[in-house]
Amino acid sequence: MNSFKDKLPPMGTLGPLIALVLACVFFASQSDRFLSTQNFSLILAQVMVVGVIAIGQTLIILTAGIDLSCGMVMALGGIVMTKFAVDYGLSTPVAMACGLAVTTLFGYLNGVLVTRIKLPPFIVTLGTLNIAFAITQLYSGSQTVTDIPAGMNWLGNTFSLGGATVSYGVVMMLGLYLFTWFALRETPAGRHVYAVGNSPEATRLTGIPTEKVLLGVYVLAGLCYGLAAMLGVARTGAGDPNAGQTENLDAITAVVLGGTSLFGGRGVILGTLVGALIVGVFRNGLTLMGVSSVYQILVTGILVILAVATDQLSRKGAR
Amino acid sequence: MKLNTPKLMLTALALAATSAYAAEPVIGLITKTETNPFFVKMKEGAQAEATKLGAKVMSAAGKTDGDNAGQVTAMENMIAAGAKTILITPSDSKAIVPAIKKAQAQGVMIIALDSPTEPANATDALFATDNYKAGVFIGQYAKAALNGKKPVIATLDLFPGHPVGAQRHNGFLQGYGLTSLDAKSNELAKPAEVVCMADSFGDRAKGQTGMENCLQKNPNINVVYTINEPAAAGAYNALKAAGKEKDVLIVSVDGGCAGIKDVGAGVIAATSQQYPLRMAAMGVAAGVEYAKTGKKVSGYTDTGVTLISAKAMKGVDSKDVKTGTDLCWGNK
Repeated sequence: MNSFKDKLPPMGTLGPLIALVLACVFFASQSDRFLSTQNFSLILAQVMVVGVIAIGQTLIILTAGIDLSCGMVMALGGIVMTKFAVDYGLSTPVAMACGLAVTTLFGYLNGVLVTRIKLPPFIVTLGTLNIAFAITQLYSGSQTVTDIPAGMNWLGNTFSLGGATVSYGVVMMLGLYLFTWFALRETPAGRHVYAVGNSPEATRLTGIPTEKVLLGVYVLAGLCYGLAAMLGVARTGAGDPNAGQTENLDAITAVVLGGTSLFGGRGVILGTLVGALIVGVFRNGLTLMGVSSVYQILVTGILVILAVATDQLSRKGAR
Repeated sequence: MKLNTPKLMLTALALAATSAYAAEPVIGLITKTETNPFFVKMKEGAQAEATKLGAKVMSAAGKTDGDNAGQVTAMENMIAAGAKTILITPSDSKAIVPAIKKAQAQGVMIIALDSPTEPANATDALFATDNYKAGVFIGQYAKAALNGKKPVIATLDLFPGHPVGAQRHNGFLQGYGLTSLDAKSNELAKPAEVVCMADSFGDRAKGQTGMENCLQKNPNINVVYTINEPAAAGAYNALKAAGKEKDVLIVSVDGGCAGIKDVGAGVIAATSQQYPLRMAAMGVAAGVEYAKTGKKVSGYTDTGVTLISAKAMKGVDSKDVKTGTDLCWGNK
C-alpha cells in the first residue's frame, strides 16, 4: 500500500487547479482586460452565491449523497427574508434569521427522510426540490420582491484592497471555505463525514453514530443555502422567486469539477471553490472575448465528464 | 339514515351550477410557464374578461420555457374538457404545429398570443406585440437622448436563436440608425458601435453578471440595451457598483409594473411597454364570439407598444410614467 503513487497528490486534487490555471492563461492571451486584480475580484463576486451553495453540496456528496433541492431552497430562503422584511416590517437581522431558519428546516427535512425513512437522497431531494419551488412561487405570487431594506444589501457592499474592490460577501464565502476546510480536516466530526461516505456500514460498526452524522450534514447544508440566499439578495438587491434555477446544477458542477467523488468519501472542499471559479472564469472570459454563452455551457459539460472520468480512472489505479 | 335536507339542497345547487357551467363557452389558455409575471398577468386578463362575458377559462402551462410536450398535453386535456377555443403562447414555434393541426381538425379555434408559430398561419390568428417595433422605439429614444454623442453600446440579450430576442435587439439597432438585420432574422446584428454582447436569459442576476463583464471589457459603455426589465435592473446594479449609473443610459422592453417603477426611479431611461392582459382579453372575446356565432378571427393583430419614459425626448413620441403605471401590462 505504501507505494510511491500513494504519496503523490491524487489527480482529483490537482486536476481542477491545473484546469483553472490553463483557462486563465488562455483568456489572458485572448483579452488584455482579463488579467487584473479588479477582474478577479469581480469573478469572485459573481461566483459567491454558487460557491456557498456548493459548500453544502460538497458535504452531502462527501457522504455519497446528492442534493438536487439546493438552488430552490436557496430561492425560498431569499423570498422569505425579503418578504418578511418588506411585508411584515421585521428588522433585517430578524428577517434574515427567519430565512436561514426556513432553509435549515428544509435541510433537516431532507436529512430526516434520508436517515429515518432510508429514502435515497436523489429521490428525497427531487421531491423537496419541487416542494421548495412551489412554496416559493405561491408565497411570492411569482413576483420579485423589491425595495428591500438597505441593511440587506450590506454583504454586497465593497471595500478596496490593493487594486481590487472586494465585497463583504466574498470575504464571507472565503471565510466559510476556510472554516469548512479546517473542520473537515482537523475535527472528529469532519473525519466522520469522510468515514460515512467511504463505508457507512464499517463506520457504524466502529461506534460512530452514522445517522447523526448524516442528519447533521443535511442540516448544515440547509444552513449554507440560507447563507447563499443572503448573498444572492445582497448581490442583486432583490428577492427573486426565479433564482436558483441554474445554481441548482451549477453547484453540483462546481463540486464535481473540484474533484470531490460522487461515490463519496473523497474530496477536498477547497477544490469546490476552484470548481466554482472555473465556471465563473469561463463566463467572464467568454464575454470579454465576445463569444456566446452557449460555448460556456459546452465547455462546462466537457469538463464535468473529464472530472468524473479522472475520478474513476484514479480509483481504478488505486485498486 | 335520516334525510339531510341541507345536504340535499347543496347537491341540487351543485348540479344546477354544473349544468350552468356546461352552457358557458370554455376557453383554454396555455402559457409558456406558470411563474413568469408576464404570463401571470395574461392569466388574470383572461379571467377578468371571461367573468365579464360569462365564459369559463381553463389555464395550463409548460413546466419550463421550451416545454413543448407539456403544452401538447395541456391542449389535449382542454379539448377533452370541451374547450372550443385555445389561446396559446407557443414555447416551441415549430414543434407545436402538428398538435395545433390536430386540434383544428376537431373544430377548435387556435389563437397564438405573444409569439407566432412557424409558419405563422398554422394558428387561426395571432395577437401579439410587434417586438421589432418595440426595439425600434427604444433605439430612437436612445439616439435622441445621446444627442450626437458617439454611442458605445452593450446589449444584454435573451439567449441565442430566440426570435423575440433577435427582433428586439435588431429593432433597437435599426431604431438607432445603425447597421442591423430585418425583423425576420434570428441572428443578432453586431455593428462596430456594439462593443459587448452578453446573454442575460432575461434574469436579474445574470443581467448583472453580464453587465459587470461588459464594463470590464469596455469601461466607456454609455448605452445599454436590455431584453427585459429584470435584466435592466441587474445592469443598473452593476453600473451602480462601478459608480457609473449616472453616465449610462439603459433602455428595455416589457413595461411590467415593476419595470415602469424603475423608469420612474431613473433606473431605466425608457422602455417599450407591451400588453399581455389585452392579448388575453382579446383572445377570450374572440373565443366567446366563436362559441356564439361560429365566426373565427384570422390574421395578425398588433396588440400595441407604447414607449414609456420619465423624460420626453424631442422628436420621439413617448408617454410618461403615470400613463405607463396606469397601463402596466394592460391594466384597464
